[in-house]
Amino acid sequence: MRITVASGKGGTGKTTVATSLAISLALNNPALPPLFLDCDVEAPNAHLFLKPAFKDKKDVSILIPSIDESKCTGCGRCADVCEYHAIAVLNNKVLVFPQLCHGCGSCTLICPTKAIWEVPNVMGVLESGITPLDINFAHGIMNIGEPMAVPVIQQLKKWAAPQPGQVVIVDAPPGTSCPVVESARGADFLLLVTEPTPFGLHDLKLAAQVAKELGIPVGVIINREGIGNASVENFCETQGLPILMRIPYDLAIAKGTAQGQALPEIYPKYTLLFQQLFAEISRMVVHQ
Amino acid sequence: MKIVLTVSSSSIDAEFDPRFGRCAYFLVMDTETMKWEAFQNPGINASGGAGTQAAQFIAQKKVAAVISGDFGPNASAALNAAGILMYRNKDSGSIQDIVKRFNAGELEKVDVPSASGSHH
Amino acid sequence: MKQLVILSGKGGTGKTSITAALAHLAHNDTIPLVLADADVDAANLELVLSPNVLEEHDFMGGKVANIDLEKCIGCGKCELVCRFDAINHQGRKYQVDPIACDGCSACVYQCPTNAISMELQLAGHWFKSETYYGPLFHAALRPAQENSGKLVTMVKQQARLLAMDANYPLLIVDGPPGIGCPVISTVSGADMALILTEPSLAGVHDMERALEMTHHFNVPAVVCINKFDVYLDGAIQIEEYCHKHNYEVIGRIPYDSSIIEAMINGEPVTAFRPESPASKEIHTVWQNIIQFMNLN
Repeated sequence: MRITVASGKGGTGKTTVATSLAISLALNNPALPPLFLDCDVEAPNAHLFLKPAFKDKKDVSILIPSIDESKCTGCGRCADVCEYHAIAVLNNKVLVFPQLCHGCGSCTLICPTKAIWEVPNVMGVLESGITPLDINFAHGIMNIGEPMAVPVIQQLKKWAAPQPGQVVIVDAPPGTSCPVVESARGADFLLLVTEPTPFGLHDLKLAAQVAKELGIPVGVIINREGIGNASVENFCETQGLPILMRIPYDLAIAKGTAQGQALPEIYPKYTLLFQQLFAEISRMVVHQ
Repeated sequence: MKIVLTVSSSSIDAEFDPRFGRCAYFLVMDTETMKWEAFQNPGINASGGAGTQAAQFIAQKKVAAVISGDFGPNASAALNAAGILMYRNKDSGSIQDIVKRFNAGELEKVDVPSASGSHH
Repeated sequence: MKQLVILSGKGGTGKTSITAALAHLAHNDTIPLVLADADVDAANLELVLSPNVLEEHDFMGGKVANIDLEKCIGCGKCELVCRFDAINHQGRKYQVDPIACDGCSACVYQCPTNAISMELQLAGHWFKSETYYGPLFHAALRPAQENSGKLVTMVKQQARLLAMDANYPLLIVDGPPGIGCPVISTVSGADMALILTEPSLAGVHDMERALEMTHHFNVPAVVCINKFDVYLDGAIQIEEYCHKHNYEVIGRIPYDSSIIEAMINGEPVTAFRPESPASKEIHTVWQNIIQFMNLN
C-alpha cells in the first residue's frame, strides 16, 4: 500500500501529517514499520521530524554529453536536435551547458561521427537510514542551482524500494506540477492536506484535479481547523471528497511542530487517530 | 565593422535593452555606414537557454561585437567561443549615442561573466 | 525599474499575504508598480487583489511525442531510446505516455519511418489583469502539467516588458515555494529577494536553502520572520544565522489572525486592518525595502 501526502498549497501540514501517520503505523506494527520517502527534494523537512540515523548515500546524476574534439566536424547536428538549448556549436567549437541538459541522449545518438559520449553530471544526493522507531527513511536533496527535481525524485523512488508488504508513505512537495505528479505516480491513495482558508480551498481544487488526472482515489485532511471559514468543508461536501480527519488549530501543536515534533508526540491520542485513518484508507482502496 | 545592440523595439529610435538573452530585438549595425537591420529575438520566451540561443542567433549574423548591459555565464561562454567581443553599456541614450561611444572606445569591454545564473 | 521577488523555500510562510500588503503600501506611497504572481501551480495573489482580467492568453508548454500508427512498423527503436519511460507497447502498438514524455524528441530523430511528431501542449493560460494597486500578471498551469518554469518566465517577461515600456519604477514578484526551476526563473534578474521565513525547524532549514540559492544567483537578499512569536527559540536561530552570514532581518511579524481574516475578506491585511500588529510591522518592512532598494 502506497499513500502519497500532497496539498497544492505549501505549508498546510503535509510533512506533519505524513510523519505522524508513519509513526502511528510503526507503533502499531513494530514487526514491519513503514518506508517513508520524502520526495520534497528541493526543501526536504521530514528528517527533522523522524530523525533518522543516516547510513547510506548515493549521488543522483543524469548523463550529459561530452565531446571528442578529434572526431567533431562542427556540423552542428547536436545543437539542431537539442530541445533545451543545452548544446551550442559556435566557430566549430561545441559548448555544453550542464544545467540546461535533461540527459535525453538525443545529441549522442544523432552525431554522424560518434564524437559524443556521455558522462554523469551530479545534481543531488540520496540518503537513507532508520529512525528511532525503526521506520525506513529515505530522502533526496537537490543541489542548489539545479532546475529539475523530477530526476532526483525518480531515482529516489527506485533506490529506496519497499520490502514485500511494507506500507510506503510518500511526502510530496507543494504545488501541482511535475515534481508532485512524479511523487504521486504509483500511489494507491492520495491524502490531501488543506487549511480552511481561501488559499487552502483554491489550491485544494487544483490538487484534486491532479488526483483525477492520475486516476488515484483521494481523501482530505483539514489542518488548523478554526482559523478560517467553512468554504473548504462545503467544497468537499459538494464534490464528494471524503474528509478523513480534522486537526484543530492549537498553539501547542504549532509550537510542537515548530520544534520538529509529530502529532503523536504532542498529543498521544493521535497515535490511535492515525491508525484509524490508515484503516479507513485501506477500506477505501479495497473498495476501489 | 558589424556590431549588435540589444534593443526593445525594431527601429533606430528604439530604447536600449540591457538584458542580453531577454531583449526584444537585436539591432545589427555597420559602424561605418550606420546602416542597420533589426531582428526579433527568437529566445525571448525560452525558459532556459535564452542566452545560448541568442548567442547562436547573432553568431549567424557574422558580427564582430555585441553591446548589451549584462551577459550571463552561458551567453558569455557561447559568445567567447564564437569569437564575438562583448561590451557593456550602462548609460542611457539613443542608439546613435551608444554607437558613438563605442567608436570612441568609451564602452567597457567584458572578459568574464558579469552575472550569475539565467537572466530574465 | 527595480525587481523585488518574495521567496521562502518552505511553503506557507505568508509570501502572498505579504506581497499583497506591500503592493498596497507602495500604492499608498504613490510608487507605481507592476505585480507578477510567479506561483503558477497554485496562484493565490488574485484572491486578495480582486483583479479585473483584461487579457487571457494560451500558454503552449512542452512538446509531447505522438506516434502515427499507420507509419509505425513496430521496430521498438523509440521505446529503446526513450530515457523517460514514456513509450511502451502492447503487441505491435506503440504509444506515448503524455505525462511521462519530457519532449526531448530523441524518438523523432531515431524513428526509421518518420512516424513520430512532436505536438505542443496547451499547458495553461496567462493573464494580464488590472488591480486597484497596479497591473497584475498571473497564470494558471493546468494541473499535472510540466514546464511551470517556462510559464513563470512568460509571466515575468510580460510584467517586465510592461514595467519597462511604461516606466514603472517597481516590479514585485510573488514567488513559488522550493528552489527548483520555477524559483530559478523567478529569482533571475531580481534586484532584491525578500526571504520570508517562519521560526519552525523546517522554516529555518528551508530559509537557509533559499538564501544559498539567492547567493548562487548573485541576488542580494534580506530576511523577514513571519509568526515569529510562535516559537521564539526558532526566531533566535534565524537571527543568529542571518547575523553570521551578513543578512539583514528587516521585519519580525507576530502571529496575527488578521492576516487570515483579511484573506477571507479578499484584501491585503494592511488595507483590511491597518492598526493590527502584523500591519504595523509590515509598514516597517516596507520602509526598509524602500531604503535597501533606493526606491525614493
